[in-house]
Amino acid sequence: MDKDNRKPNIWKSLTLGLAVLLGIVVYAYGAEVTRVNLGELQSERRQESMVRVLRALFRPDLLEYDQVLEPRVTPIYVPCPAGGVPEDLGDPRSGGYITVTPACGSPGDVVRVEGFNFMPNAEGPLRFVPGSDPENPVGLGQLFANTDAQGNFSMDFTLPNRESEDVQYIRVIMRQNEGAPYFTQNAKDTWDRIVETVFMALLATTIGTVLAVPISFTAARNLMKPVRSPIASIALNVIGWLAGIYLAYQVAAWIGGFTQQYVSVLPIALASVVVVPIIANFAFRWAVPVEDAEPPTRALQIVRNLVLLGIAALGIYALYALAGAMSTLGPQLARQFSGVAFMGNFLFRLGGILDLLVPTIAALMGGGALGGLLARVGQQATERLPEAAVKTMNIVLAGLAGAVLAALFGAFAEWVYQFGNPVATLWWPAIIGAAAGVLLAVLTQPKATLGVGIALYYVIRTILNALRSIEALVMAIVFVIAVGIGPFAGMLALGLHTIVSLAKLYSEQVESISSGPMEALQATGANSLQTIVYAVVPQIIPPYIAYTLYRWDINVRMSTIIGFVGGGGIGFLLQQNINLLNYRGASTQMVAIAVVVATLDYISSVVRERYT
Amino acid sequence: MLQIRNLTKVYDSGVVALDDVSFDIPDGQFLAVIGLSGSGKSTLLRCINRLIEPTSGQILWDGVDLVSLSPEEMRRMRRKIGMIFQHFNLVNRSRVLTNVLAGRLGYINPAFSLINHFPKEDVENAIRQLERVGIADKANVRADELSGGQQQRVGIARALMQDPSILLADEPVASLDPVLAHSIMKYLELINQEDKVTVICSLHFLDLVHRYADHVVALNQGKLVFEGEPKKIDDAKFKEIYGKDAERVG
Repeated sequence: MDKDNRKPNIWKSLTLGLAVLLGIVVYAYGAEVTRVNLGELQSERRQESMVRVLRALFRPDLLEYDQVLEPRVTPIYVPCPAGGVPEDLGDPRSGGYITVTPACGSPGDVVRVEGFNFMPNAEGPLRFVPGSDPENPVGLGQLFANTDAQGNFSMDFTLPNRESEDVQYIRVIMRQNEGAPYFTQNAKDTWDRIVETVFMALLATTIGTVLAVPISFTAARNLMKPVRSPIASIALNVIGWLAGIYLAYQVAAWIGGFTQQYVSVLPIALASVVVVPIIANFAFRWAVPVEDAEPPTRALQIVRNLVLLGIAALGIYALYALAGAMSTLGPQLARQFSGVAFMGNFLFRLGGILDLLVPTIAALMGGGALGGLLARVGQQATERLPEAAVKTMNIVLAGLAGAVLAALFGAFAEWVYQFGNPVATLWWPAIIGAAAGVLLAVLTQPKATLGVGIALYYVIRTILNALRSIEALVMAIVFVIAVGIGPFAGMLALGLHTIVSLAKLYSEQVESISSGPMEALQATGANSLQTIVYAVVPQIIPPYIAYTLYRWDINVRMSTIIGFVGGGGIGFLLQQNINLLNYRGASTQMVAIAVVVATLDYISSVVRERYT
Repeated sequence: MLQIRNLTKVYDSGVVALDDVSFDIPDGQFLAVIGLSGSGKSTLLRCINRLIEPTSGQILWDGVDLVSLSPEEMRRMRRKIGMIFQHFNLVNRSRVLTNVLAGRLGYINPAFSLINHFPKEDVENAIRQLERVGIADKANVRADELSGGQQQRVGIARALMQDPSILLADEPVASLDPVLAHSIMKYLELINQEDKVTVICSLHFLDLVHRYADHVVALNQGKLVFEGEPKKIDDAKFKEIYGKDAERVG
């Protein structure tokens, strides 16, 4: 009994001792690689520069005055000339003058410089101006002369080691502020850039949030785990998505080219924007009844789907018309109301973006529609056909889907590495993919369902984690290459990073909701989309708002440094000033960043308190 | 007529929640399901609307086997099976009216759910159901501002929106005090008698069973150990259902 008790204790102490030892080793090595050296702080050179920089940082370059200057010189001879000091002709100007006594000396002699009759309480630099090199005046220990209330000053100097037979000078430039202070150019630039920074963060956060919300649902385990489908349904879904994307993109591009000449005419475009949605609305109401007590007949379903297809085509046209209307209307409005020209430009820009996005939107919707339709066909075929037929169907479809997917990866590899060998990058992957698909279909029960949801969950999670680990700063470098230096590149980088990090944070919130309401809505016969809208969304709104504001905070802070790599915003200015050793200028930018971050922090905490 | 045939549910963890359970439920019956916690009452109710997939067995409703329906067919079938829960399972942050209308979702085209649109008749019907359970004045209040008894009444109104033929009640009064428990049970009785809805209700307290149920089935460790009228539960049966250490109170 005793022995049993003692043994673990010895082990425990030993383990603890080892852990402590290991800790010491880890920190010792850490100190070595980080080159901890407090001695560096003590060095005089470092302290001097540090003090200089800190003083500059505490005097941000914000305001300046117009200045009156009073430059004066007095001759001095180093060393004393053999023939004595020539008569000083004096400064012909009125006002202040300076004298030096004695008027000559050897290097190292102490002379007294006195100024009289200057502006009271003024300050100015005092220099020794060598006769041989007047462009580079020499400092005299103390840099500035300060006049008293009577406008006089008096200072002692040691003469510098600058010997010359010619006359040399001591120069003072008295300065005094005049009039009201005004913002420096640096301050004005800082203001422009900080506005740019704030809006960069705003746009990045908005775009990121909008795209992160749908992604977050697909990255939530509790929503994805129950999603299971039979093999035929999955395979048809894959094929349907790819075919749908391709077809819809082609159709949208064709409609775009076909209607281009009409939508650039403003009245036609505007009329289309008004009329098409009305027609589409009526057609939609017929094709999609609000309540459907009994499942519709097959024929009716087909007609309805055709009508929906027509609505989709009309919708694509309407989007082009909207884009055309905005592109035409924008510049006109900008000319008409020059005060708010940016609104007109904004309209123009939106029109351009929409025009670019229509084929992409159409492709995604087409992929979703065709994928969903084919998946349903696969589901029903699996349910109705006998097992042997299902098995054959599974083998064919899974082989096809596997081949297509693998060939896509092959094409991507070809594009990246440029092998230039279609056998290796197209046919081999296709064969391997087909084999994998067939193998999967052979090994699973014909009517069994596969956890496609959880597989998709892992894929999306992995992509999110990989992208999230790349800092926005690094992404900005890539985007600078893609769209050029400027705030647009920074906005895209921040936006992409926002999507991936918010999608992760959001999805964790979805995972932590209470499952009771979802269960209750499922029990009423609601489908999964309705369950998400009515049971999931209300539960996640408060954390989504909180995370969005938190992200907005991060984006403002990130956007202040994204300019370091050319991403626009205030970071650009800050880096420039630091590189030019203009610490007073840099200080202004730092103050601006601090003010903006603190203000937004306060605002977001107020909003968070109100809505969560 | 709902016929449960050899219903068995084995969870992935190996727990046998239902073990070869068979019994019939005639239309319009008020059936109480009793048994200890973990005896399989909740699993039985959830197998009927297939919130939990049975491992084997049949559930025949007027001759249709619910277990063999496809997901889409089952979804349509669920519209006729209302369900209320011990913890009410309301969406706390939504209004009471929205919670009640959610009961109608199975009938509504999903496209309209995205824009939160319900037909006018449904909204009127929702108000009527709230009036029926006596909380029409709370229609625009957030669900989590209601008391427990009121929340369960919202749950009932939500189930009634489905226009159900069967109402599953999973320990509907276990989170409520005895007075509220009776008021909720009275609503279930009313729905059973006025609307001729079959009610299948799991309960803990025998006095509620005696007061409200026409018929009782008792489960112990997934096995059906009693089926019959409530008054036939004598002391011997009681010990069989609740274990020999149990004591009868009330």
